[in-house]
Amino acid sequence: MTNTSPAVKADQTKLQAESRNATKAQFLEFWYYFSQNKGAVIGLVIFSLLVLMALFAPLVAPHSPDFQYRDSFLVPPFWEEGGKAAFLLGTDAVGRDILSRLIFGARFSLFIGVVVVTIALVGGVVIGLVAGYMRGMTDTLIMRVMDIILAFPSLLLALVLVAILGPGLINAMIAIAIVLQPHFVRLTRAAVLSERTRDYVVAAKVAGAGHMRLMFKTILPNCLAPLIVQATLSFSNAILDAAALGFLGMGAQPPTPEWGTMLAEAREFILRAWWVVTFPGIAILVTVLAINLVGDGLRDALDPKLKRS
Amino acid sequence: MFRFLLGRLGLLIPTFFGVTLVAFSFIRMLPGDPAELLAGERGISDERRAQVLSQLGFDKPLWHQYLDYIAGIFQGDLGTSFVSKKPVLDEFLTLFPATAELALCAIIIAVCLGIPAGIFAAVKRGSIADQAIMGTALVGYSMPIFWWGLLLIILFSGTLGWTPVSGRISLMFFFPQVTGFMLIDSLLSGEKGAFLSAVRHLILPSIVLATIPMAVIARQTRSAMLEVLGEDYVRTARAKGLPPRAVVGLHALRNALIPVVTTIGLQVGVLLAGAILTETIFSWPGIGKWLVDSISRRDYFVVQGGLLLIAGIIMMVNLIVDVLYGLINPRIRHN
Repeated sequence: MTNTSPAVKADQTKLQAESRNATKAQFLEFWYYFSQNKGAVIGLVIFSLLVLMALFAPLVAPHSPDFQYRDSFLVPPFWEEGGKAAFLLGTDAVGRDILSRLIFGARFSLFIGVVVVTIALVGGVVIGLVAGYMRGMTDTLIMRVMDIILAFPSLLLALVLVAILGPGLINAMIAIAIVLQPHFVRLTRAAVLSERTRDYVVAAKVAGAGHMRLMFKTILPNCLAPLIVQATLSFSNAILDAAALGFLGMGAQPPTPEWGTMLAEAREFILRAWWVVTFPGIAILVTVLAINLVGDGLRDALDPKLKRS
Repeated sequence: MFRFLLGRLGLLIPTFFGVTLVAFSFIRMLPGDPAELLAGERGISDERRAQVLSQLGFDKPLWHQYLDYIAGIFQGDLGTSFVSKKPVLDEFLTLFPATAELALCAIIIAVCLGIPAGIFAAVKRGSIADQAIMGTALVGYSMPIFWWGLLLIILFSGTLGWTPVSGRISLMFFFPQVTGFMLIDSLLSGEKGAFLSAVRHLILPSIVLATIPMAVIARQTRSAMLEVLGEDYVRTARAKGLPPRAVVGLHALRNALIPVVTTIGLQVGVLLAGAILTETIFSWPGIGKWLVDSISRRDYFVVQGGLLLIAGIIMMVNLIVDVLYGLINPRIRHN
């Protein structure tokens, strides 16, 4: 039976309000340290703009990404001689507007980042939690498997996995997620090992918490800071690796306007049409740079050692 | 120290067998039929197909194939390439010097520029120079190197005409391979202009491959230096009147370099992954390009052997780094 006397109700409301205030204070503290890093704020602004551009691509892009203007092959950017105002960044070898393809390409890159990080993070956290919490044979077995994955250069492993699964965007994402997963496993395991003997975990155990509750509700929230930073780094790595796979012909397949695939298609024109090569690369660089800037800011804001200094 | 080394080696053995298992299973999961691949477009009769599969050992049970494979590894037999019909190990050993030369040049560039840049940034913390160096390092770290390579080709090969687009040396020169390192062999050959040609071919791929390790080393050196510069013994060195150069060079740098050495060791994996892209862009005849081509041609034994050899190199380098780290830092050794 639940006790609903006015005094208890007032206590509960007070507790809830305090908890809300604590969360708000935590966020404000985080934002204070994050905003100290100007680069991180710039990165966040650029990243937000990219997200908006990807979301509203059909509204922002001046042309369809796949439409071929048969009278406008390899048109240079508008400021170059022979450029047309209709194609601000020029057209590619089959007359498609490069700017529109880049805008639509942002959708693929961000989608890749989100999917890869989600798979790698969820998988890595669960496996890492189990390894760190269970210890013994389970831990040894899991860590040896992770060592094996880490013994291969990530891109090579991803290439072979894609060769097995078949070239394509989805398979490339699965391959990259598998390759990035061990970093999350190691990080989670290390964090769990340092947390599992702390008093609050012992107290929860004594109070009767089961294994699942101990792993996911008691320990996990206290291991989140390094995982968030790693997730940001993995986001940029995923974009770079997916672009590299696309470039090697094993990622997204033409005519998908994925930035790496665009570069692969543009390779044969590098010495006579610089713009078809330059702009997709700038798009990848700016996106990855913005995410890495945010990652640096997050590390500064979430690392207690840096806060004290 | 012996126990530490033994412990590390003990960890390596299961990983090694795991790697062989991965390489072995991967090529059996690759789509396509090896016998049909060998036959090419001519097609193959069922009888001949069974004969070829039996020659390759693919008709035996999987566990038998695996045991044969392991036995082969210990005898230095990694199978034969479908395409060149040469043993995989021989092909690897022929091509490896090209990758090693490229990777060595890249790591030399990365260390020679990355460490001084990191030290300078740490000493001038908060200055414009620090921000510029760290900004550049972050750009380098975020660089899609395949694009970076293409940009350098456009500028230096296309517009300025200073460097060749691909290969290791101009076709005008022909001399026997002694070491497999083109820079050394071209010098040994005594042919006029050969060395210069080798340098001109090597410079762009090396810069491209060095970009990410250089950025990582610069960032790591800076943070390690900052940590050390705040230590008491550095303050003492300053207080006793040592010139700043001696404080930074003698007292701080020596200790700051310990984590940097580990970082440099860990870059081997990055270099080998980078070599796949760099060699593809510059048509550099090394193991990276060889593997990419073999994967797309489904050259089963090359993929299997190449995966194993590359993983082996990374594992060995990691072991050496671990041991070096243990030697430098006794705390690690005794844990």
